[in-house]
Order: sequence, then C-alpha cells, then structure tokens
Amino acid sequence: MRYLPNSPAERAAMLQATGRKSIEEFFAQIPAALKHQGNLNLPGPLSEPEILEYFHQAAAQSSRDYVSFLGAGAYSHYRPVAIDALLSRGEFFTAYTPYQAEIAQGTLQAMFEFQTLITQLTGMDVSNASLYDGSTATTEACLMAMRITHRDRVLLAHTLHPEYRQVLQTYIQHQGVELNQIPYDKSGQLDLAQLEASLKTPAAAVVIQSPNFFGIIERAKEIAGIVHKSGALLIVTIPEPLSLGIVRPPSDADIVCGEAQSFGVPVAFGGPYVGFLAAKEQFIRQMPGRLIGQTQDTEGRRGFVLTLATREQHIRREKATSNICTNQSLCALAVTIYLSLLGKRGLKALAEQNLAKASYAAGELAAVPGTQLPFAASRFNEFVVEAPVDAEVLLAALREEKIIGGLNLKHFYPELKNHLLICVTETVGKATIDRMAEVYAQLAAHSQGQARDGEPVGAIHGTTSKPR
Amino acid sequence: MENRIRTARPHVNRNEDLIFEQTSPGKSGVELPPLDVPVASPEELLGSESYRADIEGFPEVSETEVIRHFTRLSTWNYGVDTGLYPLGSCTMKYNPRINEVVARLEGLATDHPYSPATLAQGCLRVLAETARCLAEITGMDAVSLQPSAGAQGELTGILIIRACLAERGNPRKVILTPDSAHGTNPASVTISGYEVKNLKSNSRGCVDMDELDRAMTEDVAGLMLTNPNTLGVFEEQIQEIARRVHAKGGLVYMDGANMNALVGVARPADFGVDVMHLNLHKTFTTPHGGGGPGSGPVAVKQFLEPYLPTPTVGQSEDGNYYLDFNRPKSIGRVRAFYGNFGMAVRALAYIQANGAAGLRQSTLDAVLNANYVRSRLQDVYDLPYDAPSMHECVFSDRRQVARGVRTGDVAKRLIDYGFHPYTTSFPLIVSGALMIEPTESAGKAELDAFIDAMRSIALEVEEDPQFVLRAPYTTRVTRLDETAAARKPVLRWKPQQ
Amino acid sequence: MYPPELLYTKDHEWIRVDETTGIIGITDHAQKELGDIVFVELPKAGEHVTAKESFGTVESVKAVSEIYSPVTGEVTAANPKLQNNPELINTDPHGDAWLIKVHLADRRETESLMTSDEYEAYLQEEKAH
Repeated sequence: MRYLPNSPAERAAMLQATGRKSIEEFFAQIPAALKHQGNLNLPGPLSEPEILEYFHQAAAQSSRDYVSFLGAGAYSHYRPVAIDALLSRGEFFTAYTPYQAEIAQGTLQAMFEFQTLITQLTGMDVSNASLYDGSTATTEACLMAMRITHRDRVLLAHTLHPEYRQVLQTYIQHQGVELNQIPYDKSGQLDLAQLEASLKTPAAAVVIQSPNFFGIIERAKEIAGIVHKSGALLIVTIPEPLSLGIVRPPSDADIVCGEAQSFGVPVAFGGPYVGFLAAKEQFIRQMPGRLIGQTQDTEGRRGFVLTLATREQHIRREKATSNICTNQSLCALAVTIYLSLLGKRGLKALAEQNLAKASYAAGELAAVPGTQLPFAASRFNEFVVEAPVDAEVLLAALREEKIIGGLNLKHFYPELKNHLLICVTETVGKATIDRMAEVYAQLAAHSQGQARDGEPVGAIHGTTSKPR
Repeated sequence: MENRIRTARPHVNRNEDLIFEQTSPGKSGVELPPLDVPVASPEELLGSESYRADIEGFPEVSETEVIRHFTRLSTWNYGVDTGLYPLGSCTMKYNPRINEVVARLEGLATDHPYSPATLAQGCLRVLAETARCLAEITGMDAVSLQPSAGAQGELTGILIIRACLAERGNPRKVILTPDSAHGTNPASVTISGYEVKNLKSNSRGCVDMDELDRAMTEDVAGLMLTNPNTLGVFEEQIQEIARRVHAKGGLVYMDGANMNALVGVARPADFGVDVMHLNLHKTFTTPHGGGGPGSGPVAVKQFLEPYLPTPTVGQSEDGNYYLDFNRPKSIGRVRAFYGNFGMAVRALAYIQANGAAGLRQSTLDAVLNANYVRSRLQDVYDLPYDAPSMHECVFSDRRQVARGVRTGDVAKRLIDYGFHPYTTSFPLIVSGALMIEPTESAGKAELDAFIDAMRSIALEVEEDPQFVLRAPYTTRVTRLDETAAARKPVLRWKPQQ
Repeated sequence: MYPPELLYTKDHEWIRVDETTGIIGITDHAQKELGDIVFVELPKAGEHVTAKESFGTVESVKAVSEIYSPVTGEVTAANPKLQNNPELINTDPHGDAWLIKVHLADRRETESLMTSDEYEAYLQEEKAH
C-alpha cells in the first residue's frame, strides 16, 4: 500500500527485534471470537486516477453550473488563491494542537492574530481561537452567560437562525434551562416591547442575530440598554460577519459570537466551518475553547502559548467550561489569511459591493408587480421577498435558468408563506440578477393573465438564455 | 552528537512581526472586480448610527507580504510531514494529498447545504457512502456524520443513550467512566445531565470487574470506555463487561479514539458496544490542521438509529438520495447543516485508496511499530503496566524522576533531536506518563532514529540532568513562561499608545 | 517546619483559630504540588462555607485544585492581595497568603484536625506510597 513506509524486510527485522514469531501474537489479547473473519465490504483499493474519477462524478452531480442566491448562514464569497497556497503547506495542515509551544510558534502566532482580528471586528476585548461553527458558538455563549449570571433562563430572538436554535435546544435539554422566544415586529426586527415584557422575569441572556435570519440589522444598542437593566447579558451572534466591514459592531453586547465561514472558508455543503466567540474582558475565565496568550521565553523573546488551560476539559474534566477539545485551527488560519489579504480597505470595499448588489436586486424585484419586500428595516446582503406567484413554482422556473433563487422560508417560518430569503454576494453578476427579475416578471404577468382568464396559476415558461 | 543522529529540523528563522506590525496605510492584498450595479451609499442605506467608518487596527499589507509572513510562520511548525509525531492516542499518521485535491473539487467544495436535493446528489452520495463504510468498519448499523469533533460525538452518543432509556421509562442518573479516560469523556457526560462516576482501573490498567460490579446499578445509564484503552491495552474482558452492563439495563459507549488498532481486525459491534464515535482526524487521515477541524461521526446499533441527529441521508427506491428530516425520536441537532462534509470526502478517499486489505495492513503496521518501540526502550524507561500494547505504548518517568527529570523535560529534550514529543502526563493513572503512538506512517529508519534519541536522552539524564532540564536548545524560542501568560493574560495585539 | 500554632487537614489546608474566628489557607506542600499559582477563586464576604466542602479553587498553569473548608461558618473576608498577586501563595503560604477569614459556626469542628506534628507524619506516610 503506497502510504506505508515499511517493506517486508523491514517488518521482518522489527518483528524479530520484538522477539515474536508472527504479527498475530500482538493481537492475542483479542478473543478469537471477536476477530473479524472474512473481508470488509469496502470500496478499493483504488489508484489515484480511480479516486479522482469517483469524486469527479460526484462533483458533476451538483449545482456547480448554477448561480445561487442562497445564504442563510453559509455564504459564497470569492476565496483568493493565496489562501489554499498557504494552507497546503504541510507544516500548517499536518501539525497538531500547539501543546508543545516551542515547535508550534507558526500556529500559535497565526491564532493570536486571529484572536486579534476578531476583537477588532466585533468591538470586544478578548476572543478565543475559534469553535466548531456559528451554531455551537452561540450555544457556548448561552452556557457561558448562564455560568456567569447563575441564572437558567435564556431569551432567543425568533429571527435567530432556526438551526442555531435547534442546536441550543439539544445542548440544554437536560440541564433544567428555560428557553423563551421573542417575536419580530413588522419591520422584521426584534420586538422591543415584547423583549421588555419578557425580561420582567430574570434571564441569564438575550440572544439576537444581526444581520438576523431575514437579513435585517438589529438595534443592538437599544436592545443592550433594555437587557442590561434586567441584569441579563446580551449575546449577539453574527453568521455573516462580512457585515462588520460597514456595519458598526455591537460593542454594547457582552458576548459577540458567530460564524467566520465567509472569510475564506469554502461553503462545502455545510462544513467544516469556523465559529468565533469574543467577550468583554471580565468574562475571560468563563470562556470556552482554546486561548492563545503572549509571553516571553528565557531569553526575553516574544512567543505565544496556549493559556488559561485550566478552564478546559483535559484539566477540569467534568467541571470544564465546555467539553470542547478542538478549535477549527486550519479554518481559523484561512480566516486570518483572508482578512490579512483584504485588510481594512478590501473588507470595506467588499462589504460595500455586497450591500450594493443586494440593494440593486431588492429594487429590481420589488418593481415587479405582485412582489413585495415585507420588511422595511436596513439590511446587508440578504433580504426577504414575498413572491408574486407560488414560491415553489418560481424556484422551479428559476432552476430552468440555472438559478437557485433563494430559500423558501415556509420550512422555518410557516407564517411566511410564499416568502423567499435571497442573498446576493459579490459573486453574482448583474446579468443574473436581471434575468431573475425577468423570470419574476414573466410569471407575475402570466399569473395575472391567467387570473383574468380564470385558468389555474402555475405554468412555467423556460428559456434558453444562460445567466452570467 | 550533532552528526550521530540524522534528524529533521524545522527552520530557526528571524523574528517575525505580527501582521498588524507590518501594516502600512494604503495597501491591500486583494483587488475586486468592478461593481456592475449602481453604487449604493452605505451611510444612506444603513443610517449614520449603524454605519462603520473604519476598522481600527486592521492590517493593510500586500499579497506578497501575506505570502511571506505566513510562509515564515509555517517554518516554525513541526508537522506529520516533517517527521515522526509520536503523540499517543492522536494517531498522527500521513495525510494523503489526494484527499486535499478531491475535497477542493468544484461541486463538492462549493455547494450550498440548502441546495435542492436534486442538485446535491453528488454530495449526498458522498455522505451516504462514507457513512456506509464507517458502519461496515465498525460493524454497527447506522452512522451520523453530523458531530464536528470527537468530543461532540461523545456528547451525541450520551444523549442518544439518554433518549433511549428515557423512552424505556427511566433515563437514570449516572455514567461510569474509567479513571484512564480522556478529559472530554466526563465533560461530555456532564452536559448530558448525568453524573460522572469514576471506575478505578485494575493492576493491568484495565476495567476492574469487581469495581464494575459494585458500581453498575440500576441508576447507571451506561459505561463509557475506550478500547484499546488509553494505555494502548485491549480490554480482554470487553464482552463480559458489556454483558454485565446490559444485564442491569445499561448501555455501552465506546470512545473510538484508538480505532487505529482495530480497523480490519476486530469490530466494536461484536464486543457488545451499542454506540460509539470515530475520530476521522485520527484513524481516517483527515488532517489535524494545527488543532482542527476534526470530525466525530457516531455509529449505533439498529435499535438506537431513531435517536440519531436530524437529518440523516436516505436513499429512495429510485436510487436518489434525500435528507430525512422526519425523525420524531431524534435527539435533535448538534450543529447547523450536516457536519464536516469536507472531512467525509477526505475519509472516503482514504478508505478507497486502501480498500479492506490496505486498512488491515495499516493496522498491523501500527501495532508492530508500537511494539518495536516498546521492546527497544523498555530497558531504559519504566513500563508501569505489563499488559501487551497494541498501537501505542506507555512508559513512566519513574527512573528519570530519581534524577529530578520528568516526562515533560525528556519531551523538551527530544525536540533537540528533531522529533515532536510524545504525549506527556496522560493517562492520569500513570505517574509521569510517556505515551507513544508511532502509527503505521513511521518507517523503521525513522523509528530507529527516535529510539536512539530516547536512549541518548536517558543517558543524558543519568550523566547530566541539569542539561536536560534546560532543553530545548535548538528551537526558535526557548522554554516559554506559561506562568506569566496565565497570571496576566495578553490575548490580543493592541497598537502602541 | 510547619507552624505549630496552625491546625491541618488531609487535603492540605491549614487553619488558625481563636475563639470565634478561623483564618484558612493551603499548606506549603500543596503549593509545591501545584507549582506556580496563577489564579485563585474565592467566595465573597457574607457567603457561607461548610466543613469538608469545596469553597474555591487554586489554579496553576497545569492543574486546578479545589480547596475544602476545615470548618463551617460565614466568610468575613477574602484576601484581597491574591487577586493581583496569586504568587504569594508560593512564597508565603502560611502567612501573607491566607485565603479567607471565617466566623466559626462551631469551634468544636476543629478538634478533629491535625497538629503540625501529625501533619508532618501524615506527609511522610503519603510520600511512602
């Protein structure tokens, strides 16, 4: 087998050195009845070309020829090629957790830079070296708030990503925690009156998402005022942190967490991603996950180490702040490289492009008769439309044009029938947006026509022009 | 001494500033294509209270500087690619390059998780096939790829146990874990709402059957164990252990961290294990990446399948794959979307490259390598447990402590010989442990170099312990002050005032 | 070696008592085992401690230790110096680095504690194992 570095002669020599006659002797501890007889039904062994063939076929059965308007917690942004060039260095991707600091200064310094970038973006004092993803980061933030306040009730915005809410529910289901939801108002933002009312009973934390699941920016400062008056902590989770390029960070929050996948991590059908968690200085010792700290060596040179490890599972065991062992180091490295490449100007420019594209798309769609934009508040690169015809019919028609037109919200928000969540990033061309608006218009006109003539709504006219 | 032993060494390079210290205003490493839609004023659209004018302190550097900065950083790391990485229970084995190529293919790396199923057949097929292979390897019946890491897999498994027992009428209160368990085990148990009870190991480092009998009551939901255990020793009594737990109505969870000793040789399902997790970043070669991402799939017997996280991947009669959200007994989600898909791709490529025969050979080589190391070091380092080792061996620093040198110090000196240290001070049941797992990726020459280095250090400890205590000498930085880092934590860069 | 005016527990805490109050700390043996102390977590004045139960933690770089109270009572003070200078525990564990002061609920609880001689013998015994 091509990965194995020992030849038969070398194996024989080693076996002899151990004083055994056959390799089977090392497995004598395993009762005979437990030794698997026969062959496992597995593919292979395959050569490289055969492996490539398999995965090329799988890759062909995908949406790679389509333009996608999907966001909802996973965002398609352009990844500069320098990222993979650097990530592919074996010293980075085949290294282990930097427990032996002297021979891991590469990883440690990069993670220290990651922590710094996250604090700069979020307006918080300290950040950890990443968590699995945005959904678990949000969960960890809630657990952290409960530890700090010694309260076991958490309020969640209804506009917090539905899957994030599900994850939190799974984690706390046996810990005697009460979860309550705060609805959104007609502008699509958190209902402040309902929030105040709900806080009459003490809570550990209020969790909002900004931009929220509908793409709308929340009034974090106002919300912080209400939340802090009740003695609770404010957690703001940000699945699309590119917004922080032009949206003021929620510096009144106590914990800012979210998903950094937008920054150079592939969409990859859902993972691996990279969660972040940052907080105010006073909460440092309650933070979950790895922390990298600056220090000196015996010669006074600056160096970096894992620190405050006594919070973690390998020391605290059942009393740890979390069971988490890993961070998403390689993904966090991608984020660090991406943000270094874009820098201050690049991130701002990219955020402005996203804002412009989404604004243009929203305008074009809203101009189609029968299409509504139900929420008036400010947005970043995602927005909700009420479709002029049945949403599934619309999506099917768009697929004929090789367009994935957005997420049908009915699965997550049954009260929003026929609403689509549409994300427009810098990767989508104007021609595609225009084509999408054309399809909207065609279907809307057709259904109007049919409504006049009494025929059922729903026929689809495909076209052959390709989007760019 | 320098010429005697051939070593692999990372570069000792000049001091590298933080990226923020290399910043100079006006630079960027990325240029965007021109905007093809009308410019929108952020201040107008967002309002002046929401508009962010500046990101203070953010870097401004060119692409060239970014490449140099991170390239230089990388040269200070030691990776599996550099040489032997004998960390115990981490399985630092070769990360095949083909894995990285297939994971980056357009259509696999770029697809959105909410794409309609008809347009995601390739990704769904990869998930389904990976799950099937992992089930085949473990002998279990169903697999979820959703957990993002081993610790999350453990949590998922314990929640599954709880859901099953709750449906039977009583979730119970306690989970038993051996005192040799990895720290994530008790931490995961606590989150699930159970109390942890430690089981003392016997003199062979295995589960003590009398202790088990005393502890296994109808209050105990299950036993969580690693097999081979964290000493690298196979639990010979595993079938009887499982029988006794089952007899009292409990379930058996296996931490699959040490599967590198079992793949193709034995299947945990046959031991009586009901639920287990696997570490794709250990046994299945997905890269450690400097500390993540990992992947911790959970495998269960059929009766536990209904409790697996939602969604699972199903295949309908016409051969098409779909995501099954209709799972009323599921424990819920442990993360958004479907898990670390990119890791499933890599693991599947590894399985395909090997086939059943290659996987089995890898296991045999891993076990032979560990025993070779053990046989050639056991005269200079103390073996605390006589039991046979599988894919890893554990020594203690008892002889060296007599000279004032501990396992951590020996580890630091090993760095000077060009190797990454083994695992120090774990498992906790061994005082001053040296846990060594060479994996099958170590050739005899590399192992001989490692053995020579360890023997040389043992000699140094006898002749000049002070010399060993101040190691390492050949790294870019010398021993770092971890005390200062913990007393006055500095976790971010700040601009000079 | 160990101050004779103090009483000691098997978990390596010491207590200095008078009629109504106790001052509690950890012993020199404990601080040696832990190594460089980096952080101490203590209860606030007004909180209660119970004999044999944990009331806080002492952390070094690589380890955390629970601190168990030798007595029951109300905390009247926590040592303010340890917030910024936890290393005092390493340099003066029996004096300046006291952890908490307690108003004793029941002075008789101290009767089961060890004298300095008994503690030193106990340490010898532990070392032998």
